[in-house]
Amino acid sequence: MSVLINKDSRVLVQGITGREGEFHTRQMRAYGTQVVAGVTPGKGGQAVDTVPVFDTVAQAVKATGANVSVIFVPPRFAPDACLEAADAGVDLAVCITEGIPINDMVAVVAHIRTTQTRLLGGNCPGLITPGECKVGIMPGNIVIPGPVGLVARSGTLTYEIVSRLTREGLGQTTCVGIGGDPVPGQRFIDVLPLFEADPHTKVVVMIGEIGGTDEEDAAEYIRTMTKPVVAFISGRTAPPGKRMGHAGAIVSGGKGTAQAKVEALTAVGVPVPISSREVPALVRERLG
Amino acid sequence: MKIHEYQAKQVLARYGVPVPAGEVATTPAEVRAIAEKLGKRVVVKSQVHVGGRGKAGGIKLADTPDEAEAVASRILGMDIKGLTVEKVLVEEALNIAREYYLGITLDRGAQRNVLMVSAAGGVDIEEVAAETPEKIARVLIDPALGLRDYQIRDACYAAGLDREAIAGAGKFLKALYQTYIDMDCSLAEINPLVLTAEGTLIAADGKINIDDNAMYRHADLADLAEEGQDNPLEAEAHRRGLQYVYLGGDIGIIGNGAGLVMGTLDEVKDAGGTPANFLDIGGGAKAEVVASALELVLMDPNVKGVLFNIFGGITRGDEVARGIIAGSARLNIQVPIVVRLTGTNEAEGRALLAQTTLVPAETMQEAAAKIVELARAA
Repeated sequence: MSVLINKDSRVLVQGITGREGEFHTRQMRAYGTQVVAGVTPGKGGQAVDTVPVFDTVAQAVKATGANVSVIFVPPRFAPDACLEAADAGVDLAVCITEGIPINDMVAVVAHIRTTQTRLLGGNCPGLITPGECKVGIMPGNIVIPGPVGLVARSGTLTYEIVSRLTREGLGQTTCVGIGGDPVPGQRFIDVLPLFEADPHTKVVVMIGEIGGTDEEDAAEYIRTMTKPVVAFISGRTAPPGKRMGHAGAIVSGGKGTAQAKVEALTAVGVPVPISSREVPALVRERLG
Repeated sequence: MKIHEYQAKQVLARYGVPVPAGEVATTPAEVRAIAEKLGKRVVVKSQVHVGGRGKAGGIKLADTPDEAEAVASRILGMDIKGLTVEKVLVEEALNIAREYYLGITLDRGAQRNVLMVSAAGGVDIEEVAAETPEKIARVLIDPALGLRDYQIRDACYAAGLDREAIAGAGKFLKALYQTYIDMDCSLAEINPLVLTAEGTLIAADGKINIDDNAMYRHADLADLAEEGQDNPLEAEAHRRGLQYVYLGGDIGIIGNGAGLVMGTLDEVKDAGGTPANFLDIGGGAKAEVVASALELVLMDPNVKGVLFNIFGGITRGDEVARGIIAGSARLNIQVPIVVRLTGTNEAEGRALLAQTTLVPAETMQEAAAKIVELARAA
């Protein structure tokens, strides 16, 4: 079992003829993902790695029954791509693109929240259900199936922690990367209920970082969850007022400090270790 | 990206916001000439990208051109929170009756932009927000509808603005919102909006931060982007297209992925070291990117050692190692370098590193401990 994607997901790739789109289409297919269509305006009728290319998402969905879209288009076209995916009615749109202007995402996220589509990202690595399906750019070789649900704001730090879990035999239901932007399509509070409802997820690992108050908001929700959560927060030693790579990773106006997040999570019984290497042991304890 | 007060005022003026008459200067003689031209009492304001300029002595009134010149000679070159004052704004002084705060920024929790109005203007709004949040009226803006007139009235009345200011404040708020949207701001503030003794409203100070992600829509601001970097190393990083933050310590940190680099800074600090910088080189580790990153980090004379932390992911560990070896070979390196890499073929990667002067490490924690030790010995 899993959340959001599984072996039956039918994936389309927006921007499939671009360098990233083509590379990751091959990677996703090699992992076993059913990539059923690609979209690049003006290149309909071509094929990439045998996947048929369409001019619009609506055409691709109609012809192939795709229900998940992954977006690999440049920042200036990505807001439109997200809206196009939602308009075509996919269940999940995963926006990998980094560097989309914040005000564009304010409008896109507000609109997509009124539709049936769930938006993940931008600036996210995507998600993976081990052994079944990967959508996005997460490496497939670091995950194994198992009972841990994982949701994270960062990419490579997540890989770091996931590969430790895997090495210690702690497999995952689904790993979800929500991305490092200030206005993400999915926040922790949007994804945690999915793991709470998934019968195969026994423990949830949440990887946050400085900036914003999504971790504090998540703590409020975790209070009501039946499943245990283990958290990690990066950027404890980052100075205020400095944007640490991710557009969303900044402490400003006294908000978004690691300390406030650790306090909020600890207050609801979530362990937040100082070092990421302690995560697997804490997960194992909670699996019983 | 931050821009200076005088630049923010130029932008706001384009949107019809009244601002005091004034000009920017870089020498006391220029300041004198501007004061003479204005022909009245002036205020000389340091142009640096930090708050609290007044408290630091970086804003002074002057009654005469002589006095303006004297004041400017003290302010120019002054250090305010680590930044040297290179420019001052010389403006007509206002007869201040009341001071208000107007601002628009992103409310991340609500995922919307928020309009903020307060009758407690002229002071650090973050202090007001922390100590007396009830003094700031907040209204969330629907991106599809924009800022509506009734919302402006709601905010102004809720904030308790004086009646004689409310009618006029609407024009300022509309202009501020238009600026915020057109210029892709992450913050647009008028603080204070001054109600003068003569009964007119004027923006005595303005602050605009522009979303770095939107700079492609503002090619005309490219020069400001360079100038917006306060630290010379950060400015150089900007030129090289690298995500670098100067942190002031002695251990250079290079990694791929913001979260991983932040996690590495934390580990180095826990190991007893002090990071010199944050530097995210993004996916993979191509030799030219590694060389450019390493060269940048070593421009900081305080750096006594460098730690690479690369998660291979889809890129193979041996490829990463080759990139780092080739990149570092291009430079004459005098400090120890520890390399921690993981991913497919990580053992092969470490074996390649072992044949060089680079020091391989298996885990992030081991790597942090090693570089702290080596930097200390150096």
